[in-house]
Amino acid sequence: MSLPVREETDRRIDELKGRFPHQGSALLPALYLIQEEKGYISDEAMEYVAGKIDVSPAFVAGVVSFYTLFHRGPTGRHHIQVCRTLPCALRGCQDLIAHLERRLGIKVGGTTPDGRFSLATVECLGACDTAPMLQIGDRDHGPLDARAVDALLESLR
Amino acid sequence: MPYEPLLLRNAGKPGSETIDAYLASGGYQGLRRVLKESTPEKMVEEVKASGLRGRGGAGFATGVKWGFLPKTRDKPRYLCINADESEPGTFKDRLLIEKDPHLVLEGIILSAYAIECRTAFFYIRGEFHQGCRVFQRAVDEAYAKGFLGKNILGSGYDLDLVLYRGAGAYICGEETALLESLEGKRGLPRIKPPFPAIVGLYGCPTIINNVETLANVTLIAERGAAWYATIGRPPKNTGPKLYCLSGHVKRPGVYEAPLGVPLMELIEERAGGLLRPDRPLKAVVPGGSSMRILPASKCDVLMDFDSLVAAGSMLGSAAVIVMDAGTCMVWALLSLARFYAHESCGQCTPCREGTGWFVKILERLEAGQGRPEDVDLLTDVANKVEGNTICPFGEAIAWPVQSYVKTFREEYEEHVRRKGCPLAATATVS
Ligand SMILES: Cc1cc2nc3c(=O)[nH]c(=O)nc-3n(C[C@H](O)[C@H](O)[C@H](O)COP(=O)(O)O)c2cc1C
Ligand code: SF4
Ligand code: FES
Repeated sequence: MSLPVREETDRRIDELKGRFPHQGSALLPALYLIQEEKGYISDEAMEYVAGKIDVSPAFVAGVVSFYTLFHRGPTGRHHIQVCRTLPCALRGCQDLIAHLERRLGIKVGGTTPDGRFSLATVECLGACDTAPMLQIGDRDHGPLDARAVDALLESLR
Repeated sequence: MPYEPLLLRNAGKPGSETIDAYLASGGYQGLRRVLKESTPEKMVEEVKASGLRGRGGAGFATGVKWGFLPKTRDKPRYLCINADESEPGTFKDRLLIEKDPHLVLEGIILSAYAIECRTAFFYIRGEFHQGCRVFQRAVDEAYAKGFLGKNILGSGYDLDLVLYRGAGAYICGEETALLESLEGKRGLPRIKPPFPAIVGLYGCPTIINNVETLANVTLIAERGAAWYATIGRPPKNTGPKLYCLSGHVKRPGVYEAPLGVPLMELIEERAGGLLRPDRPLKAVVPGGSSMRILPASKCDVLMDFDSLVAAGSMLGSAAVIVMDAGTCMVWALLSLARFYAHESCGQCTPCREGTGWFVKILERLEAGQGRPEDVDLLTDVANKVEGNTICPFGEAIAWPVQSYVKTFREEYEEHVRRKGCPLAATATVS
């Protein structure tokens, strides 16, 4: 059977297993590696990683569904995560979300037809000093008003 | 005399995150001295004498917690550093991690030495991408310079540190959920006892400490417990503290002051006062979203563990969320209820169902469909959640519900009477 991931990823998962006193700990970092490569965690990937770590596929599915940072399907090329928790709400994140929905022509949870952007709301990202804020990829942006968001979207191809 | 920052002494300077800058400012001297002159037992005694209390939320005495480890040495001991920082309103650990990782790292090495641990895990929330990068680099630098790894500074003491990224779950900041997550499982809190000091990670004795707590250990090792114990409000509230100001203030941010600084000084002087001159202060949550709310009339309070308990709330994570007169207290609580409903791990019926009830009732009130009995229903449900759950997450939503409703009862009743939110026009705009 062919590997559902690159050989390099497979090798790195083997390495991870040796890094912890118990190999079960390798599951979360292994899922991160797979998601980095594939963009999301497929059924096939869950079966594969279950075999690697020696747990059941159902156990892996339980873990994947518990953590919000693991995606079960593809997201847009730029996955926009807007914080909606109280400190950001006090600084107007509702307006920010509404503006993004209008500009992108999608609702929270959606992806633009060209696959460029997807939009999600998330809970406090530990950056309330820059409220209202959002995260795209591995970068935080805030505080944002309509003009700053437009410029940000422009800069993301 | 103006206050000289201790925890943030380097954080503002360019390149502060590098080991060279840290060493140039006298860093790792405390570790050198302790490894040469002290012993693990003496280090535990030193931390006890300093009065240091945990900065993660509960304010438990750090040295006392370390003392709970079993006397036997038949199993490895682990130190887990809690860098999950997800309590809404909190962003202090992030600043330390990104701007002065070696201050934290030195405290980790000192603490691991004190509790005789040879493998430590740094559990950092998955969303802290920059923090994760910076900290990993700091760890690599520390290995290269011999502060981590085998035979640290020739002392014969070995320590490995492993970074572990969380994956988006508030509950994993609760210490036993963190352990489950670190074992590669769903983050479901464990029933205590047994406490982690006895049965923790992989069934072994484990100490869990917050990032800021461990940064304080560096200060204690540098200048001694006697000096440390004079800062703040001795004897029970000692040391410097990072306060996170957010919401309706002019300059949201992290501010350092001794424990016991007046709340209003933080708001008025450090954070530049309220955002809009025409809207006076309405209420403050002094310690993160899980803590009870203080109306403006009770904000004349000192920011330390015991003063805030006396005032009816808690210091928690020292996240000061400021709300002005334009804020609707039904809307604010609804926002929090949604957070807790989303983040409940679902193990306990009162927590899982209760959080859903809060959302439904509050949505009803905001939408103008509230029933007269709804106001008491909120408190009734909260009373049934409180004390009836596996972990303190239950209280983390029960306390806000009880306190918002009790403090602003009139506003809740008005939502029923006027069939909607009287502040709808202002409450949600920035
Ligand atoms: C729901 C919940 C969330 C928590 N989140 C955090 C957190 O993000 N960071 C943290 O340090 N402690 C958090 N705690 C507290 C930890 O359980 C634990 O008490 C703390 O990490 C101990 O460190 P300390 O003694 O140094 O304060 C949380 C507790 C609960 C109940
Ligand atoms: S109180 Fe809530 S979060 Fe804590 S264990 Fe129970 S269901 Fe999970
Ligand atoms: S509430 Fe948005 S970052 Fe904290």
